[in-house]
Amino acid sequence: MDNNTTKRKYSVEELKKYKKRSMWAEVWRNFKKNRTAMVGLFIVIALVIIAVFSHFYYDYAADIVHQELKDRFQKPSAEHWFGTDSFGRDVFTRIVYGAQYSLSVGIVAVAISCALGTTLGVIAGFYGGVTENIILRVCEVFVGIPSVLLGIAIMAAFGQSIVVLMFAIGLVYVPMYCRTARAAVLPVRGEEYIEAARIAGVGDFGIMFKHILPNSLSPIIVQITMGVASGILTASSLSFLGLGVPLPSPEWGAMLSEGRAYIRDYGYLTIFPGLAIMITVLAFNLMGDGLRDALDPKLKQ
Amino acid sequence: MIRYVLKRILMMIPVLLAVSFVVYFLMDLAPGDIVMQLAPTDATAEQIEQLRKDLGLDGPLLTRYFRYVGNLLKGDLGQSLSQNRPVMELFMDRFPATVKLAVGSLIVAIGISFPLGIAAATHHRSWLDGSSMVTAMIGVSMPSFWLGLLLIMLFASKLNLLPSGGDSGFLSLILPAITLGANQAGSLTRTVRSSMLDVIRQDYLRTARAKGVSEKQVIRKHALKNALIPILTVLGSTLGNALGGSVTVEAVFAWPGVGRLTVSAINNRDMTLATGCIIMFTLMLNLTLLAVDIAYAFVDPRIRARYSK
Repeated sequence: MDNNTTKRKYSVEELKKYKKRSMWAEVWRNFKKNRTAMVGLFIVIALVIIAVFSHFYYDYAADIVHQELKDRFQKPSAEHWFGTDSFGRDVFTRIVYGAQYSLSVGIVAVAISCALGTTLGVIAGFYGGVTENIILRVCEVFVGIPSVLLGIAIMAAFGQSIVVLMFAIGLVYVPMYCRTARAAVLPVRGEEYIEAARIAGVGDFGIMFKHILPNSLSPIIVQITMGVASGILTASSLSFLGLGVPLPSPEWGAMLSEGRAYIRDYGYLTIFPGLAIMITVLAFNLMGDGLRDALDPKLKQ
Repeated sequence: MIRYVLKRILMMIPVLLAVSFVVYFLMDLAPGDIVMQLAPTDATAEQIEQLRKDLGLDGPLLTRYFRYVGNLLKGDLGQSLSQNRPVMELFMDRFPATVKLAVGSLIVAIGISFPLGIAAATHHRSWLDGSSMVTAMIGVSMPSFWLGLLLIMLFASKLNLLPSGGDSGFLSLILPAITLGANQAGSLTRTVRSSMLDVIRQDYLRTARAKGVSEKQVIRKHALKNALIPILTVLGSTLGNALGGSVTVEAVFAWPGVGRLTVSAINNRDMTLATGCIIMFTLMLNLTLLAVDIAYAFVDPRIRARYSK
């Protein structure tokens, strides 16, 4: 008898422990187990800290764009870790300061494309029929244009600035979110709790964004982290082509394109900015990959 | 089957028209007037107006656009404004180089991703699996222009083995093809791995092993063949995208493909050339995707049977 009660007490505690663990705690628990994903997460956190601190630590006019021609083309050394460029500017300082450009462009662009794309996708998935058809056809048109070319055309139309770059890349990736969101909504749409919400008198808008969206978030979240990665890559491509962030801002793609002229003798001017882009993009990709596995353990089986 | 193909081709027309409108509209928004660039510096206002009329650039946006589309529907992409030659001719001049690069890069991509992806799938959760996936991830994350420049540094500047740019025969194709191919191999490896993993657990593989088929044969004949459909889809869109010309790789290697043609057209505000190039690209992409769908039927008898019904 006594034995029995202790047993039950134990199991109730156990139950409570399970109950306390929310979906996100579960995701985090899965995510933590993935070593490469954790490496990605740490790099991303480090990059964000670097981007924020360098913005306040360095003086843009004196440290970043100030030219010191007597110091030009110094090879990497203890004083200039990554050497100096053709204007005698310290490459390491510029790369560190440049983190904020890539990160802000990547993140704002994703925010734009995710907000627009997800809204359109949820509407398409929820209403179906003609609405869905129109939205999907429009997406198809934009998917048909290669992203870099569409980006260039938008930059040409609205002028070259960091804000336009954010919008250009944001618009380019809208169809991706739209399709992902729609696909995620379709299986949820028919669930009983949606019907219950409707009977309870919730309107279309409430059902879409309060009941359907939270239940179809997983693929969208994965798309967001991967989207930051491709946004940063596209932004640096545009800057490399001379159409992204205007000079003399130390955007990594632009620095690479400047360094390209001296590739024969001063290869480090090309190597370091590219390395910075790759590490950043890789970190977001690793994180996104880990998130995908953590959010959907079924896929891993 | 033929009805299906025709339907797909007909469905491309509205997409192409919409693409043409988006690009034409964006180019119209762009500041800078090509007529002023083309006109001689001492041209009078009347001469400039006459030139504008000759080029078909007078009147409001929609009038001009409909004039353009009218020709487009007859299959005429118009004259390039900046180079005074038919758009089609300019495009076709550059297209062979783009096809060469696209095919070359695809061969590189397949050469890397099939062995890597299959090795990863057959040694699931081993160090081999992990390292191939990290390699694939690095391939996706590397800016292709950077990889291109690194290759130039090593093979053209340091070792003097290969040309650093231009299109001058097979040797000049190697570096651009590796650059673009490495990038494509990233996503392709992941697809090969995941679709092989799907197939590897199927009962018919166990049956094949049980009846004594060698492991090599099991993987090559039984598994890979069945895993091919999702791989084909990714291959198709990779090829389709490469046919649009990889702008950055072409820029790095001074490759005379359509990507650079399009970029220079946009920068010169040459709206007929830019719109024409992008329409041609969308057409190529859609045709490639259609070709992939048809290829399914050849790969998979089940799909073939569905068409014949």
